[in-house]
Amino acid sequence: MPALSWINLLAVLGVLLLLTKPLGGYIERVFGGQRTLLSPLLEPVERVVYRLCRVSSAEMSWSGYALGALAVGAASVSALYVILRVQQWLPLNPQHFTNLAPDVAFNTAISFATTTNWQVYSGENALSYLSQMAGIVPQMFVASAVGLALGIAFIRALARSESGTLGNFWVDLIRGMLYLMLPLSVIGTLLYASQGVPQNFHAYADVLNAEGFKQAITGGPMASETIIELLGGNGGGFVGANAASPNENPTALCNFLELLTMLLIPAALTNTFGRMVKDVRQGWLLFAAMAVLLVGGAVVGQIAESHGNPAIAALGVHGPNWEGKEARFGPDSAGLSVAVATATGNGAANATYDSLMPLADLVALANMQTSEVIFGGVGSGLYGMLIYAILTVFIAGLMVGRTPEYLGKKIARREVQFAMLAVLAFALAVLVPAAIASVSRDGRAVLGNGGPHGFSEIVYAFTSTAANNGSAMAGLGSNLFYNLMTAGAMFVGRFAVAIATMALAGSLAAQSKSVRLSRGTFRTDTVMFGALLLGVVVIVGALTFLPADLLGPIVEQAINARH
Amino acid sequence: MISQRRIERRPQSRSLLDTAILWRATLDSFVKLDPRVQMRNPVMFVVEVGAAAVTGFFFRDIFTPGHGSAGFDFAIAAWLWFTVVFANFAEAMAEGRGKAQAEFMRRTKTETTARRVVDGKEEVVSAAALRRGDVVRVNAGELVPGDGDVIEGAASVDESAITGESAPVIRAAGGDRSAVTGGTRVLSDSILIRITSNPGETFLDRMIALVEGAQRQKTPNEIALAILLAGLTIIFVIAVATLAPFSIYAGAHQSVTVLIALLVCLIPTTIGGLLSAIGIAGMDRVMQRNVLAASGRAVEAAGDVDTLLLDKTGTITLGNRQASEFVAAPGVTVEELSLAAYLSSLPDETPEGQSIVTLAQTSISGEVAIPAGSTFVPFSAYTRMSGLDLAGGGAIRKGAPDAVRAWVRERGGEDSGELSKDVERIARSGGTPLLLARDGRVLAAIHLKDILKPNTKERFDRLRAMGIRTVMITGDNPLTANAIAREAGVDDFLAEATPETKMALIKREQVSGRLVAMTGDGTNDAPALAQADVGVAMNSGTQAAKEAANMIDLDSDPTKLIEIVEIGKQLLMTRGALTTFSIANDVAKYFAILPAMFVIAYPAMDVLNVMRLNPHSAILSAVIFNALIIVALIPLALKGVAYRPRGADAVLRDNVLVYGVGGIILPFIGIKMIDMLLAAFHLT
Repeated sequence: MPALSWINLLAVLGVLLLLTKPLGGYIERVFGGQRTLLSPLLEPVERVVYRLCRVSSAEMSWSGYALGALAVGAASVSALYVILRVQQWLPLNPQHFTNLAPDVAFNTAISFATTTNWQVYSGENALSYLSQMAGIVPQMFVASAVGLALGIAFIRALARSESGTLGNFWVDLIRGMLYLMLPLSVIGTLLYASQGVPQNFHAYADVLNAEGFKQAITGGPMASETIIELLGGNGGGFVGANAASPNENPTALCNFLELLTMLLIPAALTNTFGRMVKDVRQGWLLFAAMAVLLVGGAVVGQIAESHGNPAIAALGVHGPNWEGKEARFGPDSAGLSVAVATATGNGAANATYDSLMPLADLVALANMQTSEVIFGGVGSGLYGMLIYAILTVFIAGLMVGRTPEYLGKKIARREVQFAMLAVLAFALAVLVPAAIASVSRDGRAVLGNGGPHGFSEIVYAFTSTAANNGSAMAGLGSNLFYNLMTAGAMFVGRFAVAIATMALAGSLAAQSKSVRLSRGTFRTDTVMFGALLLGVVVIVGALTFLPADLLGPIVEQAINARH
Repeated sequence: MISQRRIERRPQSRSLLDTAILWRATLDSFVKLDPRVQMRNPVMFVVEVGAAAVTGFFFRDIFTPGHGSAGFDFAIAAWLWFTVVFANFAEAMAEGRGKAQAEFMRRTKTETTARRVVDGKEEVVSAAALRRGDVVRVNAGELVPGDGDVIEGAASVDESAITGESAPVIRAAGGDRSAVTGGTRVLSDSILIRITSNPGETFLDRMIALVEGAQRQKTPNEIALAILLAGLTIIFVIAVATLAPFSIYAGAHQSVTVLIALLVCLIPTTIGGLLSAIGIAGMDRVMQRNVLAASGRAVEAAGDVDTLLLDKTGTITLGNRQASEFVAAPGVTVEELSLAAYLSSLPDETPEGQSIVTLAQTSISGEVAIPAGSTFVPFSAYTRMSGLDLAGGGAIRKGAPDAVRAWVRERGGEDSGELSKDVERIARSGGTPLLLARDGRVLAAIHLKDILKPNTKERFDRLRAMGIRTVMITGDNPLTANAIAREAGVDDFLAEATPETKMALIKREQVSGRLVAMTGDGTNDAPALAQADVGVAMNSGTQAAKEAANMIDLDSDPTKLIEIVEIGKQLLMTRGALTTFSIANDVAKYFAILPAMFVIAYPAMDVLNVMRLNPHSAILSAVIFNALIIVALIPLALKGVAYRPRGADAVLRDNVLVYGVGGIILPFIGIKMIDMLLAAFHLT
C-alpha cells in the first residue's frame, strides 16, 4: 500500500478523532434540551415549528418512537412519490425532464425515506431542480434525523432506570435537524462551494470540450445537496457519477472533506453515547472497534486495488487496477473511499464498484453485511453496534459466571429476542430476494456480467439496499423486478430492524439500572471486550453471509489468483 | 400397625459411570427421539427433522435408483440420528442421578400410618389422610408421618433418610428446633406433632419432584439462551436455504442431503444438545452437596450474588468462645487465680465454662475437688455472673466486668478499677472480657476469645476475588464486631443486629442493585430469608424459615452458601463456554464443507480447502465431528467447566482462550483426523 494512501487514511481518522469529542458533547447538549451556542438564533424558530406542528413535549414510549418513524417514513414516501410523478408540470425544470415511471418513483421514494439512496436513475438526466431540492433534499434531512432520533432514544434506554419512556420523538427529530444537520450543512455547503462545487439554478452549460465534442456541464444546487447527502449517511449523488464527478468532488481537499463528512456524525455519536451513559470509555470502545474494522477494510481494499488485475497483467500491462477509476483520484484513493462509503451508510462512490477487484468488492460487501455498524448510518450505525454489543455481552458475559449485563441492564429473554429479531430481519432482507433474483428470469435479465461477478452484482444490490447503504455495482441494470424487490429490502432493512431495536430499547429502559461494579462483573470497556465485540460482528456477519459471498467475490478472487 | 421398616442411608454421590445410570440413560436417549420431546428444543428438533428427511432419501435411493448415492445418504442419515441420540444421552445422563435418588426416596415414603390425636383420643389413620393442622403422636421407633412442628415433648430423631447424616438430632417443642420432617424416625421418647403440610406437598414430595426434574422449569437465563440458539438456527436455515438457488445460479446443483448436512453442522448443536443437561447437572451438583434448591432459578441467582450476609456464629467463628488468657490483678498469683477460676467453672457446663476449666488446669498441680456443701450459682441474665458459694462461707464470681465489680463493692471489697485497661484491651481485640473475683477482691480478667473457623480468611479472600462482598452479622457490640470482622477478613459487619436491622441492610443493598444471599434458621429470620435473593435455611431450623428460604441445607452448615455461589457461577460459565465453543466451531465447518460443495463447479475453490480434505468425505467428516463433539463434551457439561475463584477479567481471558480460540482451532484438527481415518478405512 503506497505511503500516500496511509497518510490519507490516517489523516481522515486523525481529524475525525479530534472532532468526535466536541461534536459528541454538542449532540448530547442538543438532545438533552440544554442551551447551545446556537440557541439564541434557533430557539425562536424551534418554538414556531412546535406551534405550527402542534408538538407537545410529552415523553413517549418505545412504540411511540417506532410509530413516529413509520409515520414519517410513510409521509416521506408519499410526498416524494407524488413529486417525482408530476415533476414535468412543476417549476424549476429547465431541462424539461418528464415524470418518473411509477416503479422508479416508488423505489426512489422508499430509497430516500430510508437513507438508502439506491438510485435507479441518473439525477442529472431525470430529476428537475425542484425534485432535487423539494423532493430529494428534504428526505435526506428528515430520514437521517429519524435515524438520529432512534439512536438517541436507544442511548436513553441504556442510560435511564425504570423508565417507561424514551423521550419525545418529534422534539428529537426537529432538534436533530435544526441544531445539528442544518448548521453543519451550512458550513459544509460553504466549504464545498469554496472548492468549486456548483450551487446555482442555471440550466446545464453546453460547452465544446477539448476533444471537440459538445458536452453538457451539470449545474444546479449541488453543494447543498452533496453536504446533506454525505452528512446524513444518505449517499445519493446529485449526478449519477456521484463523488467521482468533477463537479460533485472537484479537488483532493474536497475528497478529503467528503470522506470526513461521511464519518462525522456516526463517530461523534459514540462519544454522545459515552457521555449519556455517564461512562465515556464505553463510547471510545465502540469508536475503537469501529475504527479497527474501518482500517482493516480500507487496507485490504487499497492493497487489492493497488495490485491490479492479474488477467490484465497476463497481457503484459502491469500496475494497479485503473479500470473504472476517476483519473484524478486513482486506484489507491478508491480503496479508501470504497471502504468509508460502504462502512458508513453512504455509498457515495468516487469509483465504479463494478470494476473493483473482487477482494475490494468483498470489503464493500462485508462492511455492509455487518448491517452497517462500522460507524454506519446516522443513529442506525450506533444502535446496530449496540445490538452487537448486547449479543457479545450475552454470549461471552456468561463465561465470567454471572447472568449477562450491559451498562447495568440485564440481558435476558426479551432483550435477546429483540436483538435476534433485528439480526434476523436484516439477514432475511438480503438473502431471500437475492435467492429469488439468482434463479428468476427477471432477476437474471439485467445482469451486467455472467458467472460469479454477475452473482456479486445480485448479492451486492440486496446487501446495499437492505443495509440502507445505497451504493451499487453499476453492472446491474434496473427493471420492475429489481425496483420492487430492492424497495422491499430497503423497507425491511430500515423499519423492521428499527421496530425490533425500539422494542429492545423499551425493554432496556424499563429495567432498573444497577450500579454494581466489582471484580466479579463483566467489564465492557476493556480491550478484551473490544476484541470479543469485533469477533461477534465479524463471525455473525461472516457466518450468515459467507455462503453468498463465497459464490461471488471470493470465488472470483480464487479464479483470479490462478492466473 | 406403624411401619417399622429399617431406614437405609440415602445414596450419596454416584460416579458418572455408574453402570445402572449408563444403561438407563442409553435406553432413555432412544425414548427421547419422540418428536414431541424434541420439539421443546428447536435446535435438536431441526436435526431430527433433517435426519428423518435424509433417511427418506436413503430409501428413495434404494427403491428408485438414480437420484443420489445411497451410501452417502445412509452415512449422513446415520450420523444425524447419532447427533440427536448423543444429545438425548447427555440429558438422560444428567437426569440419571436424580432419578436414582428419587427412587430411593420414594421407597422411604412407604405406606406409613399415623396416630392422629382427636379430642385427646388417638386413632390410627393412613399418613395420606393427614391434613394441615392435624395433631399426631409419634413414639420411639416410629416414622414421622408428615412435616410438622413439635408442640409437646422432645425426642431424638434420625433424619438420615433426608440428610444422609446418621447422627440423631434433638427435636423439641418451642424454640428453633421444633421442625420435624416426614419420613424421619423418632429414636427415643414420644412427641406430639402438628402437621404443617398436606399430602403431596411435603418436603419429601418436593424433594422427589426436584431431583427427578419432573417440575424442572427452565431458568430465565436458560430461556434467553434458548432464544439466542433458536434465532441462530433460523438464520442458518435462511443461509442454507438460500444457498440452494445460489448453487443453481453457479451451476453446482446441491442435493438436499448436502444442504441438510451443512445446516446441521452450522446450527449450534453442541450447546443446543447439551443445554438442558448443563442445567440439570447444575441442580444435581447442588443436591450432591446436600442442599435442596426450590428451583433452578435460585441456583442461577446464586451465581449473581454480590453481597453475602454471614452470621458470625457458626459461619465465621466456631459456636463457642474459649478462654485464652488470664490476666492477674496486682499481687495475685497464678495459682491463686487459677484455683478460683477452676473451682467456679467446674460445675459450669457451658462450653465457655469448660474452656476456663481447661485453661486453669494447666496451672494447677494435683487433684482439686469442690469442697462438699458448696453451691453453684448459675449464670442469669439479671446477675450476669456465675460462680460458687463455698461451704466455708466464701464465694467466687466470674462474669461481666461491671457486674463483678458491683458484687465486689457489695461484699465490702475495694474496687480501685484495677485491670480496667486489660478489660478494655480484651474487648477491643474482639474478645469477651470477664472478671474473676473471690470474696472482696478482683483476682483476674479472663479473656474469652471467639475462635475463627479454620481457613476463614482464605475463604473470604476467594469470595473477594470473585467480586463478592461479605458482611458479618452479629449481636456483639460494634467494638467486638469490628475486631472479629478484621481478623476474619470480611468486608463489613452489622453489629448488635436485630431481625429489623438485618432486613434493612438487605433492602439497602438491593436498592443499590445488588443481589443478596443469606443463611438463617430461626423464625425471626424468615422475613429476611424471603427478602434475600438467595435465602438458605438450615434444615435444623424452623418450618417458617424453611418455607421462606429458596434453598434448604440439609447439613445445616452455614458455610455451604459459599459453595452454592460457586456452583451457580460454574453453571453460567459452562453455558457461556459451550455457546462460545459451538459458534466458534462453525468457522472450520465452513472451510470443510463449502469447498467440497463447489470445487467441481469452481476448481479454483480448492484454495479454500485449507484442511486438504478429500472432497468426497469432507462433508461426512464434518458431520461426524459435529456428532462426536457432543459426546466428548458430555463430561464437561455434567461436571461444569474448571472453576477457580478469580476476578472476572482473568476468568474471561482464560475461557475465551480455551473455548473461543480453542473452539476455532480444534475442529480444524478434529475434522482433518476424522477425514484421514475415513480415508484409511476406505469409507469414502
